[in-house]
This record gives sequence, structure tokens and C-alpha cells, in this order.
Amino acid sequence: MIPALRVVKPGLRTTIQDLGRPGYQRFGISVSGALDPVSLRAANALVGNPLGTGALEAAYVGPTLAVEAEEVRLAFVGAHATIEVLPDVSAINGQRMNTLRSVRLRRGEAVRIGSLSRGAVLYVAVEGGFDITAALGSVSTDTRGRFGGWQGRALMADDRLPLHNVRVSDRDDYRLAELDVSPPRRLRVLLGPQHDYFPDDAINTFFGSTFAVSTDSDRIGMRLQGPPIVQANEATFTSDGTATGSIQVTGSGQPIVLLPDRQTTGGYPKIATIISADLPALGRLSIGSQIAFELVTLEDALNLRRELSAVIAGIRDKLEPIPRTNVEISARLRVSNLISGVVDGQNWIG
Amino acid sequence: MPERDRPADEQLSAARPGGMQANAKSETGAYRILPAGDSAIVIEFGDSIDRNINSQVLALAHRLSQEPIEGLIEYVPTFRSLMLHYDPLSLPVSSLTAHIVKLIQDLQFREISGRVWHLPVCYDAQVAPDLNDVASRTGLSPAQVVEAHSAVTYHVYMLGFLPGMAYLGDLPAALVLPRLPTPRLKVPAGSLAIATTMTCIIPLETPSGWHLIGRSPISFLRWRPHPEALLAAGDKVNFAPVSLDEYEKLAAQSASGKLNIMPVGETAEGAA
Repeated sequence: MIPALRVVKPGLRTTIQDLGRPGYQRFGISVSGALDPVSLRAANALVGNPLGTGALEAAYVGPTLAVEAEEVRLAFVGAHATIEVLPDVSAINGQRMNTLRSVRLRRGEAVRIGSLSRGAVLYVAVEGGFDITAALGSVSTDTRGRFGGWQGRALMADDRLPLHNVRVSDRDDYRLAELDVSPPRRLRVLLGPQHDYFPDDAINTFFGSTFAVSTDSDRIGMRLQGPPIVQANEATFTSDGTATGSIQVTGSGQPIVLLPDRQTTGGYPKIATIISADLPALGRLSIGSQIAFELVTLEDALNLRRELSAVIAGIRDKLEPIPRTNVEISARLRVSNLISGVVDGQNWIG
Repeated sequence: MPERDRPADEQLSAARPGGMQANAKSETGAYRILPAGDSAIVIEFGDSIDRNINSQVLALAHRLSQEPIEGLIEYVPTFRSLMLHYDPLSLPVSSLTAHIVKLIQDLQFREISGRVWHLPVCYDAQVAPDLNDVASRTGLSPAQVVEAHSAVTYHVYMLGFLPGMAYLGDLPAALVLPRLPTPRLKVPAGSLAIATTMTCIIPLETPSGWHLIGRSPISFLRWRPHPEALLAAGDKVNFAPVSLDEYEKLAAQSASGKLNIMPVGETAEGAA
């Protein structure tokens, strides 16, 4: 049987994402890709993959996955969540896992990820990656175009995600001690391209207010609730191009921040654009989060972008091996006992 | 007066006091280069849906397709502007802007050649839920709506909204209607739709406020031999009406990947 992860529970919106498929926007094809590409890369680093390998992006509530391979190595980076390694899918209790680390699982074991907090998304990378066909150079799921990823959609129960590797490399697991993947309180922007559609008091409102991420937000756009940003007059606007991080403003004055599954063109003026260094942080914002915008210069934006590139380039240097402790070894023994039907008289507590 | 000869202020919206990063004149007319964050710029030739403006956009896009720039990730033509996504760490925006200004100076302003397509569409009432409504709103008979709609050779202004979806114009004046006041939550893939001065075939099931006057069996994204959109900005499209029977046959062929639609020719490059 082909090695796989079987989806026991799909979570709220779990999709396969990599770094997206730029290059096809002129055909109306979204870029897609991870909402938080820093966490995606970190998760891949922890399992020894090329950093842009496709991984699971769980949103708000994580999936439960059963191992149908000799072994897999998974890593978790992003929002906080209760992550439990279960001796089998029907187990009630499991061994708790932290994020920012990898773990090696055996056939029959499962991992259960609960509700996410302190962030909207959590990445689950698997050593060797998923054995799925790239569409236009990417395995990212395009939720609008309904292609890519796993059958062009979010995961459903009983999906079997084929894996490249039957076994994993025999080494210690890793953790990443110093990587800040917390959601931001403010996002830095450059004005434009259409800030001249807005009078000074609208610009002042935009920079002087705090906005809340609205419930009708998804991978396409993040709608913000706050004081209306009123345009100078009811000028009609002819569609033009969009970028991830474009902040378009509707006729009623609501800002919408465009995300990776955005349409390639849009029919609203864009007051400002989030700097590229802050896009990973943007992707971490969950519904209900409070956010404010800060104006920076292009020079600032480029310096921050270089800093981000340096962080990404240094991710592998920050990996620390996790020694196999007695606790973990004894935990493994208990797993073996349970699988072989021997009752050890204790609850399974990690 | 041709659009390109009009003064910039007239061509652009009245609601725009300053705010430009760069302004320039060239033989193609006025344009502005606007920043869209630190990784994209917009080359804006105007602010309306206009063949002349769109020709300038497509001429520049065509030039970029022939002479790739190191660090330029992609270009996205729209009705009235060209968006350039670039890697700011390998291509400084000042270099990119200077390069674009020079390209536009040297640009021969003419409508680029485009492929010509004859696309089968079915206007039968069974697959055209709004045909009668469009007829009554425009004061035409349903047959006259079909005749007017299929008599035009349409220009592909741009692709957007959904993978492979082309905005085709311009509709005959008699068929111009505003969008529906309340969009439908779902319209079927292949819907032939009209709204304002545009017509399109909606490639995927989606919410839409356009009027549905027919259905096309064609798939607008092809995956083999390599993935590509059927239409590209600058192409020309004629609609060939087919019966419901024929539509169903073609749809079955399309579903099994056996409907291979090819362009019937190419337009000559012409001075605009």
C-alpha cells in the first residue's frame, strides 16, 4: 500500500500549500501559497525538506491524521494548539507535543491537533513531502480556482494523502528555539497605488484607527471592521492589478486586505499596500484580531525585507537536536504495549 | 480625438490630486508609474475601458514577453494598466522604472496581433436563464439579442476574476445593461454572460451578478500537453451559435478532454 497520512478529521480548513504559483496571473490564475510562508519554511526545515515543499496549512481547528506508512516525521510551526500523538486513532489521550519541533511517528499512530490560538494557521510538514502532482509548478491548493493541492479543495475525512517516503531518516528530532511566529499588532505599509482617491481625513482615519479582522475573512481576503475610509467622491474605478497585501477599500469604506488566493485584478481603489516583509505576519492574523497600520518608507521596507530574507536563510542554523529522553522512550514502550494489546494499567499521559 | 492625444488630466480621473511617483509623456500618450508596495508597480495608461488605452497596455506587455527583465516575476495586463511584480532584492524599483520608461519611449504604438477564435455557444432558453429578461429590458426579441450578441468580433481586454476568464468587449450598445441588483450565489460553469459593455464565459461555478444569455461547452484552462489558458489578452473572439443538441455533444466531448478548440487565424498588427 502506498504510504499515506489518512485524514481522520479534516479540521476547519486544512489545505496543502507551498510558496505558490507566481507567473500565471495574466491568465487569471491566483498565486495562492502559504498564508505564513515563514512558518511553512520553518516546518519544512524541521523535517529536513527543501523549505518550499508543500505542507498542510491548518486554519483555526487542526486535523487528526493517522499514519499509514512504516514511519513519518512531522513538524508543527505556526499558531499555538494542543497537539497530541495518539497510540492509535481511537485513543482518548495522547502525548502532548509542542509546536516548533518535529516528531517521528510509527504506523498506526495518529496526531490530533485541536483549536488554534495565537494565530490563524499552523503548518504540518512531513519529511519527504506529499506525493502529489504539481499544477503549474506548485502543489498549493487554489480555493477559488479549485485546483492544485489535494483535489483542488480543503481536506475531508477519509482522504488518504500519499507520501513520498515509506520510512524516515534515523536521527534525533529537531526543535527551533528562537523563531517568532506570533501574530502582529501592527502592519507596515506603503501608500498607493490609489491613495489619491482618498482625502486627507480618510488617510488620517486609516492610520489613526485600530481595525478588527471580520468573520467573513478567508484565504482570498481579510475584511476589516472599523471606522469607514471614505473616498473623495464616488468615482467609478476600472479594475486593475492586485498584489498580496493590497488594501482595497469598498464603496462603503470597508478595507479588505488581499491574501494569496486573491483575484489577480480588482475593482476597488487600493489605499495602501502591506510591505512584503510583513506578509507572513499578515497571514497569522485570525478573525477578531486587532490591527493597526503604520506608514514606512520604501527604504525601510527594503531593509525589513532583507532582514526577513536573512532570517529565512538562517532557519536551518537554528535547528537544535532534541535528545531522546527516557520519558520519550518509556512513552514509546507504552505505545508498543498498547498496540500489542498489553494493558499497562496507566492512562496514556504524555 | 484619440485617447492617447488627450491631456493626462482628461484621461485620468478627476478625483486624483497628485500623488504620482512618475509622470511621463511618450508617443504612446500619457502614463503614470504607481507603486503597489515594495514588490509591484502599476504602469497606468488611463482609467477607463478603452481599446486605445488597452492597446498600449498590451503593446508593453508584448514587449516584456519578448525581452524578459532579470528580477521581473510577472506582468499582468488589465483594461487600462500593466502590473509588474518584481523581486526588490534583485531588481531595484529605480532600475525597473527607468527600463520601463525607455521601453515605452521606444514602443511602436500599434495594436498587437492576436489569435482569432470561433467559440461555440448555445443561446437556447434552457441554458440561457436571462435571455427573455434581457430581451424585454433592451426592447429586442430574444432572437435579436442572439443575433446582436453573436454578430460582433470581440476583443479580449484582459483575463481575471477566475482562472482563464476573459473580459470580452465591446458589446453592441443595444445590449448594454447594468449588473443584476442582487448577484446570484451560483451560476454554472460555461455560462455566457453580459453586463455593462462586457461579455464573458464564466469558466467555473461561481457567484455572479451578470445576465446569463447562453452556455459554452469549452474548457478555458487546458492541462495537456501543458497547462495554459485558452484565451490571452489581445485575442479576438467570435461566437458561433449551436443548437442545444450540438451543445450537449460538445459538452460531453469537452468533459472527456476530446474537444480541441484551435484558433482559426491571427490578426495582422495594425497601427492604432
